[in-house]
Amino acid sequence: MSDSNIIPKWLSVGVIPLLNLLLAFCVSGLFIFFIGENPFKAISVMIKGAFYYPGAIGYTLYYTTNFIFTGLAVALAFHARLFNIGGEGQAYIGGLGVGLTCLIFDQYLAGFLVTILAILGSVIFGAVWGIIPGYLQAKRGSHIVITTIMFNFIAAALMVYLLVNVIIEPGQMSPETRDFASGVGLVQIHMLAKYLGLNMAMSPLNLSFGIALIVSVGFWFLVWRTKFGYEVRSLGHSETAAIYAGIKVSYTIIIVMAISGGLAGLVAINELLGVHNKLLLGFTAGYGFTGIAVALMGRNHPFGIFLASLLFGALYQGGTELDFEFSSITREMVLLIQGLIILFSGALAYMLNPLVENIYIKYYGNYNNA
Amino acid sequence: MLESLQPIISLLDSTIRISTPLIFCAMAGIFSERSGIIDIGLEGKMLLSAFVAATATFLTGSPILGLFAAILASCSASLIHGFACITNKGDQVISGLAINILASGLTITLGIALFSRGGQTPPLGAEQRFMPIEFPFLDQISFVPVLGDLFAEVISGHNLLVYLSILAVFFTYYVIFKTRFGLRLRAVGEKPEAVDTAGISVFKMRYQSILIAGMLCGLAGAYLSIAHGAGFGREMSAGKGYIALAAMIFGKWNPIPTLFACLLFGFLEALGVRLEGVELLWIGEVPVQIMQALPYVLTVVLLAGFIGKAKAPGAIGVPYSKEG
Amino acid sequence: MMTNKNRSGNDATVSLPASTRLAIELRDITKRFGHVIANSDVNLRVESGSIHGIVGENGAGKSTLMNILFGLYKPDSGMILLNDKPVEVNSPEKSIALGIGMVHQHFMLVPTFTVLENVMLGNEGSMLLKSGEESVLNRLKSLSKNYGLDVDFEALISDIPVGMQQRVEILKALNRGAKVLILDEPTGVLTPQETIGLFDILRSLKEQGVTIVLITHKLKEIMSITDTVSVMRGGKVVADFATRKTSPEELAENMVGRKVLLSIKKPASKIGKSILEVKNVSHQSKDGVNVLKDISFNLKEGEILGIAGVAGNGQSELLDILSGIETLQKGQMTINDKTISSHQEWNSKKAREFGIAHVPEDRHKRGLVLPFHNYENSILGYHRNDEYSSGFLMDKRKILNFVNELIQNFDVRPRSPLINSGKLSGGNQQKLVLAREIESNPKILLVGQPTRGVDIGAIERIYEDLMKLKSNGTAILLVSVELDEIMSLSDRIIVMNQGTIVGETNSSDATELDIGKMMSGLEQV
Repeated sequence: MSDSNIIPKWLSVGVIPLLNLLLAFCVSGLFIFFIGENPFKAISVMIKGAFYYPGAIGYTLYYTTNFIFTGLAVALAFHARLFNIGGEGQAYIGGLGVGLTCLIFDQYLAGFLVTILAILGSVIFGAVWGIIPGYLQAKRGSHIVITTIMFNFIAAALMVYLLVNVIIEPGQMSPETRDFASGVGLVQIHMLAKYLGLNMAMSPLNLSFGIALIVSVGFWFLVWRTKFGYEVRSLGHSETAAIYAGIKVSYTIIIVMAISGGLAGLVAINELLGVHNKLLLGFTAGYGFTGIAVALMGRNHPFGIFLASLLFGALYQGGTELDFEFSSITREMVLLIQGLIILFSGALAYMLNPLVENIYIKYYGNYNNA
Repeated sequence: MLESLQPIISLLDSTIRISTPLIFCAMAGIFSERSGIIDIGLEGKMLLSAFVAATATFLTGSPILGLFAAILASCSASLIHGFACITNKGDQVISGLAINILASGLTITLGIALFSRGGQTPPLGAEQRFMPIEFPFLDQISFVPVLGDLFAEVISGHNLLVYLSILAVFFTYYVIFKTRFGLRLRAVGEKPEAVDTAGISVFKMRYQSILIAGMLCGLAGAYLSIAHGAGFGREMSAGKGYIALAAMIFGKWNPIPTLFACLLFGFLEALGVRLEGVELLWIGEVPVQIMQALPYVLTVVLLAGFIGKAKAPGAIGVPYSKEG
Repeated sequence: MMTNKNRSGNDATVSLPASTRLAIELRDITKRFGHVIANSDVNLRVESGSIHGIVGENGAGKSTLMNILFGLYKPDSGMILLNDKPVEVNSPEKSIALGIGMVHQHFMLVPTFTVLENVMLGNEGSMLLKSGEESVLNRLKSLSKNYGLDVDFEALISDIPVGMQQRVEILKALNRGAKVLILDEPTGVLTPQETIGLFDILRSLKEQGVTIVLITHKLKEIMSITDTVSVMRGGKVVADFATRKTSPEELAENMVGRKVLLSIKKPASKIGKSILEVKNVSHQSKDGVNVLKDISFNLKEGEILGIAGVAGNGQSELLDILSGIETLQKGQMTINDKTISSHQEWNSKKAREFGIAHVPEDRHKRGLVLPFHNYENSILGYHRNDEYSSGFLMDKRKILNFVNELIQNFDVRPRSPLINSGKLSGGNQQKLVLAREIESNPKILLVGQPTRGVDIGAIERIYEDLMKLKSNGTAILLVSVELDEIMSLSDRIIVMNQGTIVGETNSSDATELDIGKMMSGLEQV
């Protein structure tokens, strides 16, 4: 995939992605129209649901947090021209890291210490789930797309097994662990506000959001300011040039997948340390896959990813509002929109290039003649 | 003694039922990937066609019409894939993923809009489904020990689509290895420029291949909702498309070994269900999840070259352009 | 000087009698790829039943012309006539129907197919393979007997040697009824014995009335097999000859032509001690071809050693090994008194540590990461150096200071560190790569095709920079297919042919003709 050389950057990085997004929304709107509802009403309901009601923004940002983590995970791999579809599994196994750390240590250590260890646990476990496909790609030539898909399913089976048979709370029917000890966890923002004397509506938004922002900045530094990031981008753009420059290809692939897995693993801190306070089945809820859409839309840049995450956060939160306002459209509408965004912003990302190029040349040509 | 065979026979019976959609999808995958187009979207196409099959059958009352509608829907998804990857040279993995997520959202949204049953379609009666076909001579053969039971339970008594799936394997084998079309299809996935210089259109070949894949996925979907099941349920494909993908890789993109991979994966699932809660001698209880994960683990191990080498078609994933 | 004289009535020019039938006639064919003109007003006439050679250096436009004739590319303008009738060849399908067959330089064979399956592809005879198989097989057997094309029809392509693969390609074309056979660089991948075999086949094809167009850059082959020959240079046909009335020397002169020779002042530098010694280096490519055979030479401080040769005779592989891109399989290298043997670790990073800098032949694939900004490319390969970093972070300010100086000193335009290198002209890209490598203060500089795709102004600048480096005592190994470049820059010249060194000479003693002969493998010194 490459950008056009003919048109200026503001068109290829700014206008075309927006047009693609617009196309995705238009097609979504058509669907809503065919179902017999008013697409504009649906939009206004979603916007209200995402930003207007008390606590809505908190919910939106809580979803945003997940998407930042998985979006960054996919984006880093993309920078090395690796397609990591395994964010879902890496996030899930990251949850195992959080869960095990808390269950093992929360009886012995202070809460904040356990929390820090659990954050590390999420990163390390997620990283391991990324390293294996990375290693298999680098050293054994297994196609990373297929391997990461398989690892999603293996992770799911492993977690079901552990939650049903091993770490389930004794005497409990639903497959989840006991609650982590009080004092363990990331504080929710509305609690923090209350502590500071402010009144905020309740929402699951927690400190993970701050961590996500810090990680985003760190991501930018890693990719554009460190030697390692330089090598990753060289490899992603041109493997031959990377070899010429003395960059170790296998090593770089493995490390990239480790970091990518670790980033995806961080979803667990938002979900488990920030909200549920225990490890439970299926907490990743497709966030790993949404990360792909986020990275594609955000063009693998943390700022773009932040905006895309915000959009998806709003879609998820606003989508829940659809359930209340309409009888015939529900939050699953968001999945449809997500699929269309992946289609138009990803698979068909360059469909509009020739058209825009022609228009640009025509206009630019006339401008020159004038 | 004959009593003790009963569990084995019913295990084989459910293996076949579970394997059928895998076989259709894996054959679809073979058609697509042999022509050089990665097909992650098997899952989505199956899900979409399952929904359309149930809906069309419910609305028309005819499972045959339902089947055709399913094939049509699945082929439309194939055409979207082709438009993105063949015409626009987009990324095949991303496009497949888009189709999967799209199918997920579309089926639930449309299901709720049409039927207001939380995404399910209304249940279908017996006359609206493909029902088991009992073979003739059952009575005459049933007194034969073992063979009689085997015939009655495992071979006979499945619906039409089960038998079609076996036919699909031989169809796939025959078309791919014995016909002119198959020769060109295999060539276009290995070395498209050789096909182009032989005066054959690469685009046309690839579009034809993915359309056949679409038809086969349509059959898989119809099996789920109007043959094996009696109506559509949310996410009813439940990852079967991915297992089929794994089976196809495990069968090294060859129809006959892929059939056995599908049967193996189906057998593992059937066995897992059967062994749930059963204490085995020496081993103890085998968790069902091990059986569920085994297809994926085996595929990863195979891909890594630890048991033989699975080599994908040479030009897979690469859009074709003349002056590149 | 001698460029176009043959076009205007030299007695060696082919003047076809009016009665002769032309199998192919191309009139004023022009083809552009973007800004590059690959073919410019090309005219070509090939007599029916003859073997016609087209010679020219790499990039002269030979392959493009033949791909137009075969219908793979569409010409921007011009006309194609077959047997004196104008035709439109807009697809391979059409050209095959018109009786044109082509054996491409890179074979168009499906490696996982058998020979028979490959021949049948596109000409299967019927819907079912089985029923077509027998008739195709019978036809193949008679074809293979008639023309001495010895092939095992049941073998997989990936299992048979290159020579046989080529015979399969010829059979493919004949099976589809080719009356005109185009062969693009057919001997590039063949051993000498296989080449002799191929030529026997071509002669017997000719006897049976097939018209053959042979594209090559090997003069020896032209002389030994063709009836007529056209010379291409810079996208144009610059001369036509009857083969028996011309000589390799004359062809070579026309092939190379004469550029505006830049006056290069060779500085009076003193040549110091030997700094690189290569001993008995051999190398096998991934396909198992022996691309380097027992190469030994040395290079001294302040010396420019030119390696002349037609492209594809092992020069690229030699550069790759010396620069650490390829491992050292066999033999040893002594660099600045330190010896590297075949079992020791050797890679690009290590090579740089040894003071070897490398301006690669392909700046697009290797020398630059095209989507990178100039400042990022200015440190490619040196990005781990302390000068550009503090800890694990890169120091953008230091890099910018460095690249600004670099751009200034080496006149890279536009003088912006923040522009994508892919947007620079070829000359400025090359200046950027050369600048980076020179600034690393190398002991040895490896330079591959320094002026390929570079405009005259930049060429002059690049030559000056190389001379300055030489006078500072750096040893320079120069690989180029431009003979005049090698002649005017080098102190000493090595000539390579088919992976071996076939001759060595001091540049002051040699004439272009002598070296040309060695390059073509006609003569060993």
